[in-house]
Amino acid sequence: MSAAVTVTGVNKTFASKKQTTIALEAVDLEVAAGEFVSLIGPSGCGKSTLLRLIADLDAPTSGTVQVFGKSAKQARLDQDYGIAFQQAGLLPWRTVRENIELPLQLHRVAASARRARGDELLALIGLGEFGDRYPDQLSGGMQQRVAIARALAESPKLLLMDEPFGALDEMTRERMQTELARICADTGAAVVFVTHSIPEAVFLSDRVVVMSPRPGRIREIVPITLGGAQERTEGLREDAAFFAGVSAVREALHGGTPTALGVDNR
Amino acid sequence: MTARRIVLGVAGVILLAVAWELYKALAPADGLVIGGLTVLPRTSDAAMPHLWTMLGRALEPVSGAAGSPLLVVATLQAAAFSLGVAGVGLLVGVVVGVGLAMLMQRFRTAESALLPWIVLSQTVPLIAIAPLVKRWGATLHTESFRWEDWMSVAVIASYLAFFPVAIGALRGFEAPDAAHRDLFRSYGVGWWRSFVRLRLPASVPYLVPALRLAAANAVVGTVVAEVSIGLNGGIGRMIIVFGQSGSADPAKQWSPIAGAVLIGLVAAGVIVLLGTVLRRYRRAEVTA
Amino acid sequence: MSQALGQAQGALAGSAARGRVRTVVAPLVLGVAIVLLWQAATVVLAIKPFVLPAPFAIGARFADRIEFIVPAALATGWNALLGLVVGAVVGILIAALAAAVRPIEQLGAPIATALSVIPIVSLAPVFYTMFDSSTDTTRVIVAAIAVFVPVYFNTLRGLLTSLPVHRDLMRAYAATGWQTTRTVTLPGALPFLFTGLRIASSLAVISSLVAEYFGGPVTGLGKAVTSAVSSSDYPLAWAFVIGAIVTGLAFYLVTYAIELIVLRHRRR
Repeated sequence: MSAAVTVTGVNKTFASKKQTTIALEAVDLEVAAGEFVSLIGPSGCGKSTLLRLIADLDAPTSGTVQVFGKSAKQARLDQDYGIAFQQAGLLPWRTVRENIELPLQLHRVAASARRARGDELLALIGLGEFGDRYPDQLSGGMQQRVAIARALAESPKLLLMDEPFGALDEMTRERMQTELARICADTGAAVVFVTHSIPEAVFLSDRVVVMSPRPGRIREIVPITLGGAQERTEGLREDAAFFAGVSAVREALHGGTPTALGVDNR
Repeated sequence: MTARRIVLGVAGVILLAVAWELYKALAPADGLVIGGLTVLPRTSDAAMPHLWTMLGRALEPVSGAAGSPLLVVATLQAAAFSLGVAGVGLLVGVVVGVGLAMLMQRFRTAESALLPWIVLSQTVPLIAIAPLVKRWGATLHTESFRWEDWMSVAVIASYLAFFPVAIGALRGFEAPDAAHRDLFRSYGVGWWRSFVRLRLPASVPYLVPALRLAAANAVVGTVVAEVSIGLNGGIGRMIIVFGQSGSADPAKQWSPIAGAVLIGLVAAGVIVLLGTVLRRYRRAEVTA
Repeated sequence: MSQALGQAQGALAGSAARGRVRTVVAPLVLGVAIVLLWQAATVVLAIKPFVLPAPFAIGARFADRIEFIVPAALATGWNALLGLVVGAVVGILIAALAAAVRPIEQLGAPIATALSVIPIVSLAPVFYTMFDSSTDTTRVIVAAIAVFVPVYFNTLRGLLTSLPVHRDLMRAYAATGWQTTRTVTLPGALPFLFTGLRIASSLAVISSLVAEYFGGPVTGLGKAVTSAVSSSDYPLAWAFVIGAIVTGLAFYLVTYAIELIVLRHRRR
């Protein structure tokens, strides 16, 4: 079975009138099937750009991006991935259920099959009773759960998530992380997850890709050995192995200068 | 709050009526003339009839001729006729406006090329081209089809109505934010299905106010074009005809003016109703 | 009409950012193409001048009779200008009053709404009797009312929408009511006011011109078009129409230029 994502020698530059910005330089990355990989780094390091290249929302300036052995574009047209953004991006005129069923409707899935899948997903995200509500009647956390359900609608083997919990408060955020871990265990999908939170990356990931800005590069890939997705539960947050992972990622982020360690040890 | 608004609104209308009568009672008959220029209106019965004279006149027959209908009935008939023509004009204007907006949304170059001309089109005094429209219509005569004058009026109305629709719809079609556009791109669906499922519903909050303007414009266009083309049966013509008999029967011409106000309010009301029907598409934008 | 033109402006500004070449060249190409097609159609299809005169014939007539067109345009333009000034001043003052004393806004709401939906030119005949029908007063008043509507609504909206963050800031500074008005409310309302004025500018020209059709002295472009049509000089009628378009455009562009100068440090 081919890898979920294979990024080879990718460069991405944005040209404007005044200057050319190198968003990504010489990026290589492979994400195995079923693997959870986080992209982390300061703003401007190109982590969101990399995600957009994988999703074929932008095209690389040079290099190739393959998803399940096909071109990123073909993978997009074949609907091999589901995607979620920082903004839930729900359509305000559609109910929760209609939002979840949107991709199915766009791809002409029969109404009865749509309904059945909608029920499943509503149950999965624990919003079974909210199917007929409108997005503005939900809290931010609930909206984001709906967005995740929408990303899962077509049972993709790859999930692309761009800071999906970035706009949520810390408590909701931790709950959502636990929930995402559970969903990943259930579905066995590979995930590429963009975040700027170290604990979040460590809690969820099999590997954390640490990136640095100007130009956007992969600085280091930190393996996290906390067990499979089904073992990522609340208790893990108090675990010594978790703290070790957090420290490792932080050191990688600060470029191996341990003096900076105590500074923002939150 | 709403009750308060209604009470104050009614009070406002009553105040206006009181002001009318007070001014009529207190100001000089020739108004205020400064250097030969009438600055404040005359208060004679010919210029400013009493409000009750206007109301009373509305309940009398239009003319002394036998079988003449009551003025209020004739006015309502004329108003209904004009409203119908304005409705046709609005419909055509909406189709043209939305079509142009779709074209401009789909092709950037079309937007660059068309938009300045669309803005410029509204500086053309429609009343000046009204007789020409009538003449163009006349060239379309065939044996089975006759271009009627009311069609010319509707064309003029649509000329005024399409503008706010084109601009509002274009703005609405561009309204979906980047996350929504990315989402639909990730679904790999074509322009048309993105349009139907995303851009069109997202444009409703922009379309409803645009339609309200378009409806008002269609009414203005209809009334003015009726005058300019000389179409009988509508409010515009009635205003002119009754205005000419102004000195002999000054209260009479206020009926068609009230009729014009009525059409405008009905047209605006229809759009408010439409907005209520579409309220599901007008929910506040979600922010996570 | 108020939002519509404001939006048109936004769209135009947006397209300007996309590249000057396309925004200038594309409309020009389209315009030239249409004129040429029009000219070709009148020649090839032998369209009679009373149906549609050829554009070159109109152009020739325009140049030929410029000494009639300019005074007519000035007469209409003068009425429009007076109406624009009166309507704008009254509109701004009443909007300020309505924003400061909310019951006044509520008292006037139905009347303002009625004004915004009725064809104001339909009032022209009664104005001609109320004022002197041998002067231009009615045309000025019709233009002023037409101008009042967008100016009033836009200014009011501008005065009522100050950003919450700015309001909080002023509160934190313990600023007085007048300080807040001067530093936050008025500057914040200016873009809205100008949107209203820009719409009102070409509306003033059209309204005063249309009012000419309902009576009054024989000056101005509206009357000129009618008399040219009644003497079957169709190219001349069209030349006067072009005079009207130029007048309306001049009003629009001057207002827009003032707006750009006043708001030059704003980014919207």
